[in-house]
Amino acid sequence: MKPSSFNYHAPTRVEEATALLAEHGDGAKVLAGGQSLVPMLSLRLASFEHLVDLNKVEGLSAIERVNGHLRVGAIVRQAVAEHSADVAASVPLLSKALPHIGHFQIRNRGTVGGSIAHADPASELPAVALALDATIEAAGPGGTRKIAAADFFVSTWQTALADDEILSAVEFPVWGPGSGFAVEELTRRHGDFALAGAVVGVQVSGDTVTKATIGLFGVGPTPLRASAAEAALLSGADAAEAGKVAASHISPVDDIHASGAYRTQVTAVIVRRAIEAALKEARS
Amino acid sequence: MSDEVVVKLNVNGRDHKVLVEPRKLLSDVLREDLHLTGTHVGCEHGACGACTVMVDGAAVRACLLFAVQVDGSKVVTVEGVTPTDGTLNPFQQAMQDCHGLQCGFCTPGFVVSMTSYLDDNPNPTDDDLKIALSGNLCRCTGYRGIINAARTAAGLPVPANAADGSDH
Repeated sequence: MKPSSFNYHAPTRVEEATALLAEHGDGAKVLAGGQSLVPMLSLRLASFEHLVDLNKVEGLSAIERVNGHLRVGAIVRQAVAEHSADVAASVPLLSKALPHIGHFQIRNRGTVGGSIAHADPASELPAVALALDATIEAAGPGGTRKIAAADFFVSTWQTALADDEILSAVEFPVWGPGSGFAVEELTRRHGDFALAGAVVGVQVSGDTVTKATIGLFGVGPTPLRASAAEAALLSGADAAEAGKVAASHISPVDDIHASGAYRTQVTAVIVRRAIEAALKEARS
Repeated sequence: MSDEVVVKLNVNGRDHKVLVEPRKLLSDVLREDLHLTGTHVGCEHGACGACTVMVDGAAVRACLLFAVQVDGSKVVTVEGVTPTDGTLNPFQQAMQDCHGLQCGFCTPGFVVSMTSYLDDNPNPTDDDLKIALSGNLCRCTGYRGIINAARTAAGLPVPANAADGSDH
C-alpha cells in the first residue's frame, strides 16, 4: 500500500521544526530515520497532514562527552553509534544493544533518538535508556527541558513529549571501572522484535555487586525496570534467583507471537543469562 | 493532494530530475519515473529487503524512504553494481556459480545488500555473513546457495556438503 498524502517539511533549525509542530499540532509528525514511521504510513496504520523531517536540522547528529554523560544527538544513525569507538568505550550497553535492531540496512537509516521517541515497548533502546537512567532532552518552542527516562515512557508508542516538542538528544550516564553489561533477547528470527528481552548493567567490587540495573522489553506496555531483581542482586542473590524475581513482577499479555506465560518464563531465563554475562565482563 | 516537488537524484552516475508527490517512495520513483525496474518491491514495508539500494554509499530499504528525503543524494541500484566491462561483480558471479537464485525476485536486494556489505566488511566470518544476509528474504532457495555465494565472494570456504544446496 501507499502512504496517504502529506505536506513535507524539511527545516534546517530546531526552532523551525518546533514552530512547525506548534502550528500543526497533532496533524504533524516528526520524521527521523523513518524505519518505523514509514511502514506505519504505508500500511495506513497512521496518517498525518504534515511530516516534519529532522534529517536536515543542524546540530542533531553529534556524539559527545558532556559532564560524565555521553550525549547522542537525535538523528545519529544507529549504524554510526554501533560502530563508534566512543560509544563502545563510554556506554557499552548501548553498543551491545544496537546490533539487535532490525538489520544493517535498517540501522543505516534508523536513528538512536527516533527509536527512543517512537517508544515501542519491544525495542531495545528504550530499555537501555530506562536501565541507564538516561536523560532525554526535549526541545520545544519555549526552549529545552530534560526528562528522566523513568518519566519519559508513558505507554505503547506514547511518551512525555508534547505535540510541539522534539527529542533533541539523549544523555547516557557513563559508568566507572569494574562494570559489565549484557543484552539478551529471544526473537523468532534474527532482527525481529523481541518476544522478551533484558538489558543488564552491574558494577562489582571484589565479590560484591555494588550497582545493578535491569531493564526489560517486550513484556509490558513500556520498557520496565526490574527493581526488585536489582535489589535482590545487590543483596547477594545469584543470577538465577534474580531472574525469577524479575519474572515474578511482570504480567505480559498474550498476543499472536507468544503467550504471556511463555514470555514470563523466558524472562527468568534471559535475565539470568544477561546477569551472568554482565558479571563475567565486570570481573574480567 | 499535496503539491508535487522537484527531486534531484544521481542514480548510477546519471543525474535525474523528477517531479513527484512527497509521499512517493524512492522505490516507486526508481521504477516508475526512472524506469529502473531492477529494484523490486516485495512487501513494501521494510520486511523483505527486495528493494535494497545504496544511498550515499549505505545500503537502505528504498521502500522506507520518500524520494523527497534523498533529494541531492547519490543512489546506486542493482543496475549500477555491475562493472562497466560487462562482467559480473564478485557476489553476482558467485550467485550464478552457487545457484543462489531460482525465481530471481529477491535477487536484486541480495546483490545490492551484499555488494555494499562486502565493500565495507572485506573479511567477515561465516557468522557475520549469515547475520548480514538476515535482512533479505528469499522464498525459493532455502538460502543455502545464497550463503555459499556470500562465502565464495568473501573468500571463505564452502562446506563440501553444501556445494549445490542438495543437502536439505
